[in-house]
Amino acid sequence: MMTTFRALAEPNRFQIVELLRDGPRPVGDMVHRLRLRQPQVSKHLRVLSEAGLVDVRVDAQRRIYALRPAPLRELEVWLETYRRIWEGNYQRLDALLDEMKAKEKKRGRKKR
Amino acid sequence: MSEKTLELTTRGDREIVMTRVFDAPRRLVFDASTNPELVKQWLLGPPGWTMPVCEIDLRVGGAYRYVWRAADGQKMGMGGVYREIQAPERLVATERFDEAWYPGEAVGTVVLVEQGGKTKLTQTILYESRAARDAVLKTGMERGVAASYDRLAELLPSLVA
Repeated sequence: MMTTFRALAEPNRFQIVELLRDGPRPVGDMVHRLRLRQPQVSKHLRVLSEAGLVDVRVDAQRRIYALRPAPLRELEVWLETYRRIWEGNYQRLDALLDEMKAKEKKRGRKKR
Repeated sequence: MSEKTLELTTRGDREIVMTRVFDAPRRLVFDASTNPELVKQWLLGPPGWTMPVCEIDLRVGGAYRYVWRAADGQKMGMGGVYREIQAPERLVATERFDEAWYPGEAVGTVVLVEQGGKTKLTQTILYESRAARDAVLKTGMERGVAASYDRLAELLPSLVA
């Protein structure tokens, strides 16, 4: 989990992951889109690969990278549970705000 | 404004960002977030928890203190100091749990934007380090799992009967 966070914390690597969400891409294509130099992109891809976030396959002369969904799914599960606790809080706040609105309306009517 | 779905994301490597829309003007949302009698009605965390202590000294430099209690008696406290107060649109406060399992103090910012009688709340929590942020997310998961087990435990007797 920490490895996933660490790998994604770097903005260029995050962008690579975003690019790969649309499907596998060769390195050259990513170099072009990210406007980075090839060695930089390769370095980032190595970190992502070590974190288990991407897979590489060689097709003729090209190295094609693809996203591995497992670590991202783990991250999603993690966020989801935290989200659920807050969603519980906010649903109670919804109910409270409805009460507050109703009270204000009642008071407003009395004033008139 | 979009419907009432809570969006939760991480930003950079030290922040958690949450956004949620409420069907009420922002002065009410602000009030519900800063009046202790109101806060203790909703800021309760996982099912079964209550908030026996909720003290708020709403001024810059003023402190707030929250204590939650689980059904089994377990307690959890946190507090901090207000750094910025701009009613009814912005609140900035430090936050730290009594038995912090993560290093350092965090800074929480709440921004309220009203549009057509609805309010969009954006809550950002900035931790001192990535390790601290990740530790918080991890506990969120453990608590959530514990809470589901609690519900399962409640269900079981009725299933057996």
